[in-house]
Amino acid sequence: MEDWNLSPAPESASHIQLKKQYDLFINGTFQKPNSKKYFATINPATEEIIAEVAEANVKDVDSAMKAAAEAHKTWSKLSGAERGKYIYRIARMIQEKSREFAVIETLDGGKPIRESRDIDVPLAAAHFFYYAGWADKLDYAFPMRKPQSLGVAAQIIPWNFPLLMAAWKIAPALACGNTVVLKPAETTPLTALKLAEVIQEAGLPAGVVNIITGAGSTGAEMCAHPIPNKLAFTGSTEVGKLVYKAALNGNKKLTLELGGKAANIVFDDAAIEAAVEGIINGIYFNQGHVCCAGSRLFVQETVYDEVLAKLKKRMDMLIVGDPMDKNTDIGAINSKNQLQTIERYLKIGKEEGAEIYQPTCKLPKKGNWCPPTLFTNVAQSNRIAQEEIFGPVLAIQTFRTIEEVIDKANNTPYGLSAGVWTDKGSKIFQLTKALKAGVVWANTYNKFDPTSPFGGYKESGFGREGGIHGLEAYLKFED
Amino acid sequence: MTRLNIQKTYKLFIGGKFPRTESGRFYSINDSKGELIANMCLSSRKDFRNAVVAARKAQSGWAEKTAFNRSQILYRLAEMLETRSKSFVDEMVLLGLSKRKVEKELEKSVDCLVYYAGWCDKYTALFSSVNPTASSHFNFSVHEPTGVVAAIAPEVSPLLGLISVIAPVITGGNSVVVLASEKLATSSISFAEVVQNSDVPGGVINILTGNLAELAPHMASHMDVNAIVTARGALINGLENEIVSNVKRNYDWSKSIDIHNPYKILDTQEVKTTWHPVQTSAASGGGY
Amino acid sequence: MNAAQLLVGFKPTPVDLLGVNDRITRIKSRSIKSEAKLQGLQMALNMIDLTTLEGADTPNKVRQLCYKAMHPHDQMNGIPTVAAVCVFPTLVRTAKEALKGSNVKVAAVSTYFPSGQSTIEIKLRETQYAIGEGADEIDMVISRREFLQGNFEYVLDQIIQIKQLCHKNKVRLKVILETGEIGSLDEVRKASDIALLANPDFIKTSTGKIGQAANMQVTLVMLQAIWDHYQKTGVQVGMKPAGGISDAKSALHYLMIVKEVLGPEWLSNKWFRFGASRLANDVLMQLAKQESGVYQAPQYFSKD
Repeated sequence: MEDWNLSPAPESASHIQLKKQYDLFINGTFQKPNSKKYFATINPATEEIIAEVAEANVKDVDSAMKAAAEAHKTWSKLSGAERGKYIYRIARMIQEKSREFAVIETLDGGKPIRESRDIDVPLAAAHFFYYAGWADKLDYAFPMRKPQSLGVAAQIIPWNFPLLMAAWKIAPALACGNTVVLKPAETTPLTALKLAEVIQEAGLPAGVVNIITGAGSTGAEMCAHPIPNKLAFTGSTEVGKLVYKAALNGNKKLTLELGGKAANIVFDDAAIEAAVEGIINGIYFNQGHVCCAGSRLFVQETVYDEVLAKLKKRMDMLIVGDPMDKNTDIGAINSKNQLQTIERYLKIGKEEGAEIYQPTCKLPKKGNWCPPTLFTNVAQSNRIAQEEIFGPVLAIQTFRTIEEVIDKANNTPYGLSAGVWTDKGSKIFQLTKALKAGVVWANTYNKFDPTSPFGGYKESGFGREGGIHGLEAYLKFED
Repeated sequence: MTRLNIQKTYKLFIGGKFPRTESGRFYSINDSKGELIANMCLSSRKDFRNAVVAARKAQSGWAEKTAFNRSQILYRLAEMLETRSKSFVDEMVLLGLSKRKVEKELEKSVDCLVYYAGWCDKYTALFSSVNPTASSHFNFSVHEPTGVVAAIAPEVSPLLGLISVIAPVITGGNSVVVLASEKLATSSISFAEVVQNSDVPGGVINILTGNLAELAPHMASHMDVNAIVTARGALINGLENEIVSNVKRNYDWSKSIDIHNPYKILDTQEVKTTWHPVQTSAASGGGY
Repeated sequence: MNAAQLLVGFKPTPVDLLGVNDRITRIKSRSIKSEAKLQGLQMALNMIDLTTLEGADTPNKVRQLCYKAMHPHDQMNGIPTVAAVCVFPTLVRTAKEALKGSNVKVAAVSTYFPSGQSTIEIKLRETQYAIGEGADEIDMVISRREFLQGNFEYVLDQIIQIKQLCHKNKVRLKVILETGEIGSLDEVRKASDIALLANPDFIKTSTGKIGQAANMQVTLVMLQAIWDHYQKTGVQVGMKPAGGISDAKSALHYLMIVKEVLGPEWLSNKWFRFGASRLANDVLMQLAKQESGVYQAPQYFSKD
């Protein structure tokens, strides 16, 4: 017997255009930061510096907000149809430059090129395309309500889906007639800055979209600033609570998309092979850096052995390594910091008495890596079953009855997403109804679409992004 | 000798029962001449806690009732209130309110209940969506109750104000713990008698009387309260930490004067989106 | 054990089409390049059952095909032969003689191929005839008529009887499910599970005689059934998708499915075959491209 192994298939980075240094995109131009400071953004797979980006201080935040406020005066008066055309244009330009966006996303964030190419970038373009069409139809979405734009939206996005989250934030805001100040995460600023170039190229009026870079303190300045009438935040529940406080203090409208610890539930009558694929996709997609990751797996005791065996076999097939290789399934962990967090939880899991399984895989010497991991022998009270790890780590528990698993699945402060696997229709609806989560995937997992609202229950946040329900977050009403 | 009239004892309404405040405290409501009308319960933090426990216990059952059933129960509330209108008018006039205004308030209160009764089995049809995803999935978004809601009724219009915060919340399957108007609380507790005599399950509507400043921090901080709505001005000043502690939803209805507004129902709703694959011949590329 | 005993406690395994598609999308996104591609193409060529099953087949036609089977493209060095030549029983002797001295096997379709609408006696006699003519392998069809009526015992019993005859004569058996006639992927899985109870040497998708032939969905489901059977019994069963696979790129993806679902133990022509007639030349063109670096044209490759 001869094995058949894949040869390296690296995506070429030769065609992409990256500057050595990026300034702040304010009022339609790239401006030097008032802070005069720059910070490096690093490729997590090679630990090489890719570029330097400006650090916005309080004065930079202020000029971005003022530019946005000024631009709102004319942008909000533009007809919806005209606004829509600008947004369509952005969508098209992202599609045209899709390869460049995908490569930069992967270089900057460490996610596999397969995912940035097939998921992140196409979905980002689709999101702009979808909301472009809403711009002149808002009255139909809110009967008898006379929707109006809010003003300036301050938006802070995370590092797990940098371009896609920028699209989720900017597209509906613009469609509803708002102007925007957006801050990408400090470890993954580059695709947002490339998006700024696209916005410039698309001829959007100056100040309608401003993109500034910086760390948490820049974000805090944005939230505390008096100009924005709207805050939108995606990130950890911990930081989300600070943003919520700022919104309460400043009387600003708010959407929060926070953490999760989703239950993925497999019944013994499920299509097991499909379920296994869904489990893999649920937890190892994007290195598990997914707020809706199916990080708690519940398997009915009668099929536990079968599911576990198949799951391990499937994990053995996953290719961990160079994110730029087209065959890579699991890329680099986004930052040293996050890697340390994940490793701390691996240690905690073992100390709690859970049994760890990781396939043997050759990891590159440099860079941040974590092989796909699962824990068995996990109890509901274990920290690895309760806290969000945000890495490729799955905690498996067994259950006996429907009531038991509903109870356990809902036994968390989070409520972002959940998964159910069963071949029986009425059982699906029993579960999807009983699970307290904003997105429930039945016989599928981790699917996203611009038309489909996304957002959480409980401490996973409030407000929705995507679909008709995503419009409400960026409008005010006369009633 | 004239007959001594019987004065009514006003208590709290928690879990379908009328307990006294566990604190044993009271405050007085007097008429314009300073004569005592009633000693009201001055609710404590523990009363609020007990009410939340009752509300949590009742919530899932209420949400699981059919929308048609909830609709009938809200309509029943309206019926019961209508038949007792006269006694409510008398009770409120005693507080010094003008009879003409009070009669109008009674009419509006009944109409408000009828209005929301009608919404129970309609708002999801209006505000849900089937989302045309670009993949082979059936994908739909529906509203579900957020859970237990703490509500603060306005100080004025003790009956209509109370009903206008309760109705949108329970229409959508939530349970509610509502703090009644402080100074005009008598009719709020009399309304509890209407609630008890209708078919509203115990614990779905809980009514407390007392002082907002004292209770607000507990309403804001309780980790098993999912949302807080107030019709008595912004509640948040100084309570930000408490509200964010469990990412409580927070709505200020003080300025929202229109009581006939289905969008108020949505304030205490969550949107749930469900995905399921659709097997199609086209999806398989081969007729499977 | 007889068919009835084997079917005691038989439970259908549900299959989800979109789950299958998700898995296939992932496998198809594998980029098979340079060394891996060369190795894969050579494996693919060596797994082909070069097939001709026409009413118009003549001994000369079969002889030409046999030459192609042994010498796919003599202009290049190191090109393997195909696995087998697949013909009707009456042409087995011709093929056997033409292939003398090579490793290329002769497979005969049997059991009233392609419809299977006949009695077990006739099917056994036909199989006996093909074996007597020198067949190394028998490709039988299941009775779809009985399968679709839920008569699984009948279906399994026929497979068992044909298998006993084959194995007595040291002939390997492939069981054709004709998946295009039996319905959804759930039914494909069910038919696979039933056929596997007989421990045949291969299960095979299609006759190639109806519109719907092999595709990756069906192949994946059948491979999963083979894996589960292997886990339960330790018996290794091979797989043969047949019909409709005509380009090298698809063939490589089929092999990747085999590798990821079953493992490298299945990556030889003992356990995996392509039933195809046009595939060989596309694989050869790709091999020539890998060697020369230049894209090829069909007129440089013999058509037999």
